[in-house]
Amino acid sequence: MNDTLKNIALFGVVAVLIAITGFTQSWNAALLIVNLGLISSIMAIGVNLQWGFAGLFNVGIMGFVALGGLGAVLVSMPPTTEAWAAGGGGVVLGLLLGAATVIGAIMVMKRMQPGRIRTVTLLAVLIVGFYIFRSVFDPAVLAVEKVNPAVTGYLGGAGLNILVAWPVGGLLAAGVAWLIGKTALGLRSDYLAIATLGIAEIIIAVLKNEDWLSRGVKNVIGIPRPLPYEIDLQKDAGFVETAAGFGFDPVMASTLYVKIGYGALFLTVLLIVLLLAQLALKSPWGRMMRAIRDNEVAAEAMGKDVTRRHLQVFVIGSAVCGIAGAMMTTLDGQLTPGTYQPLRFTFLIWVMVIVGGSGNNFGAVLGGMLIWFLWVQVEPMGLFIMQVITSGMAEDNALRIHLINSAAHMRLLTMGVILLMVLRFSPRGLIPEK
Amino acid sequence: MDFLNAIVALANFVVVPAIAYGSQLALGALGVTLIYGILRFSNFAHGDTMAFGTMMTILVTWWMQSVGISLGPLPTALLALPFGILATMALVLTTDRLVYRFYREQKAKPVILVIVSMGVMFILNGLVRFIIGPNDQRFQDGERFIISARDFKAMTGLKEGLAIKTTQGLTVVTAIIVVVLLFWFLNRTRTGKSMRAYSDNEDLALLSGINPERVVMYTWLIVAALATIAGTLYGLDKSFKPFTYFQLLLPIFASAIVGGLGSPIGAIAGGFIIAFSEVTITYAWKKVARYLLPEQWEPDSLVQLLSTDYKFAVSFVILLIVLLFRPTGLFKGKSA
Repeated sequence: MNDTLKNIALFGVVAVLIAITGFTQSWNAALLIVNLGLISSIMAIGVNLQWGFAGLFNVGIMGFVALGGLGAVLVSMPPTTEAWAAGGGGVVLGLLLGAATVIGAIMVMKRMQPGRIRTVTLLAVLIVGFYIFRSVFDPAVLAVEKVNPAVTGYLGGAGLNILVAWPVGGLLAAGVAWLIGKTALGLRSDYLAIATLGIAEIIIAVLKNEDWLSRGVKNVIGIPRPLPYEIDLQKDAGFVETAAGFGFDPVMASTLYVKIGYGALFLTVLLIVLLLAQLALKSPWGRMMRAIRDNEVAAEAMGKDVTRRHLQVFVIGSAVCGIAGAMMTTLDGQLTPGTYQPLRFTFLIWVMVIVGGSGNNFGAVLGGMLIWFLWVQVEPMGLFIMQVITSGMAEDNALRIHLINSAAHMRLLTMGVILLMVLRFSPRGLIPEK
Repeated sequence: MDFLNAIVALANFVVVPAIAYGSQLALGALGVTLIYGILRFSNFAHGDTMAFGTMMTILVTWWMQSVGISLGPLPTALLALPFGILATMALVLTTDRLVYRFYREQKAKPVILVIVSMGVMFILNGLVRFIIGPNDQRFQDGERFIISARDFKAMTGLKEGLAIKTTQGLTVVTAIIVVVLLFWFLNRTRTGKSMRAYSDNEDLALLSGINPERVVMYTWLIVAALATIAGTLYGLDKSFKPFTYFQLLLPIFASAIVGGLGSPIGAIAGGFIIAFSEVTITYAWKKVARYLLPEQWEPDSLVQLLSTDYKFAVSFVILLIVLLFRPTGLFKGKSA
């Protein structure tokens, strides 16, 4: 059968799996899987841009997703006016001084002749700059965090509409990606992987500790959402009537309505991103990127600035991940830096990209939906299998208790086995690159 | 100015912990650097291999403790260590045969091997949590301190005490023994020399008649031993929690890269550099400053350059600086 038919069939299989979940478990669970699957697909497209177009192995996706979430907070939460009055100016001044120190150091490195004088000047700039930065920054941060720490204790955001936050989250991630790419992209693929992993850890560490920015581990809750709250829907008489007309009780109807609403929003964003990615793929730019990926030496011989092209792709891919991160924080309604774990984000997205088909945007979407579905469903299925296997044993058998408790860890094992099987037997993935 | 107290405080809070941590990192980094040098890929599964080895050692230790076998003042885990090493050797040889050999024969790009090692990492992670659970496990026994803070203060009459835990002393002694054995093996035996030759120039080594599969097998055996020893020492010193071993991956890779990937001496030097930097930069220097500076200059704040939460950030920043200014590392490892 030809390719298009096969691809449609694959998407059909995923749709059927989700529908089965809807019928056997609940529609709420199925819609939740769909929503997070859509977000994961967008992240997979972002990673696919970096891997499929340019062969960049970016293991720091978690950092960019977190930055997208931070963008959502910075745009949509109301500003804490007291905090701004108390220390806002100091914080901004401190950051500017810090940036000035770094720029000063870079200029010293570039403009002066290599030698002892340059090293001494560099150290002087860095040390003096560091002390000035800390002396301005620390008291301001302390003042900001003192303002009502139980509820705020941070600078707040700009108070704009939440939908504006999504592209802004992408821009924030793109900006940081530019900085990182400038420093780390000249490295070999192995080193780039470790460098990006470390950077993601640093970004999460900053989010967890800089309370003045994101409340740290106290988390930011109550992030505004683009759809009405379920409670408000249940109180609205018109809505309850329409729901009764369809045969749903108010609670069920309100939750389904909100989830379907989110699904529609996410699907729109996904389609836009997918369209742009496909256009990029078919364009001369896309062909050039893939030619660079396949034979870097020849490309450099032809005069292509490989590092600059890689930087472009790195920034664009990270921006897409940032948008997905902002969307995810909106869906959760809160920013919890503690939940950004490398296993959950970075490596799972990589499994999605590889299983779905690296280098193919539709493959990334398919991989996103399928792997996310498996990730969620493996736990109840594993529990079910464990219970079947141990049904012969006594209720309080230690082995049985241990096996049933450990069923949750089957997830990781299953993901690893899937990744290895695909890499071994079908390395180009389910929907290969054309 | 109280130099003696300052030195003792420095030793107790900075020097001794950093030496112990550095030895653990050095052993881990040696494993990573050997795999990179000979098998030519960065093994992301190394942290979880350490976790697996430590887990097997813990299980045997618990069995030994339950039947009453013990080693007196030293931890029983030392007796269980050979069994843990054997189990890990079996594991890595199996993964090599099942997983890595296929890609080696295909001469796949190093990046593919790294992704494959990620898959192995997932599996080992799940396996360890499945068998022993994700929680903290303590398995040390025997004498806790070689010299406790109280005894030290009684002996010397100083205000600051210096405590050296048995596990810290054990770590340093074991690390020295292991490193000496490893270097003797690599430099004096024929197998070691063939491994070094294979690492330096694969084609010439093959031309000399060196059996590549043998070299690979010996590499995995040594790496399994190093990983188990490093993991067990870390688990004895701190505690065993599967997640921590995954987090250790970053400092271990940082140590290996800073020292120069592919160079064993570099791995050791890198381990100590990273350990000392992490401890020094996140240590609150107020106490030592109080002993050294005259009264008017005593600091009010903790004099802590970075908070302890940024510990991993420190090793990463050092890694980045080294990668930018001297990509082959301090001891000129491989860069390509």
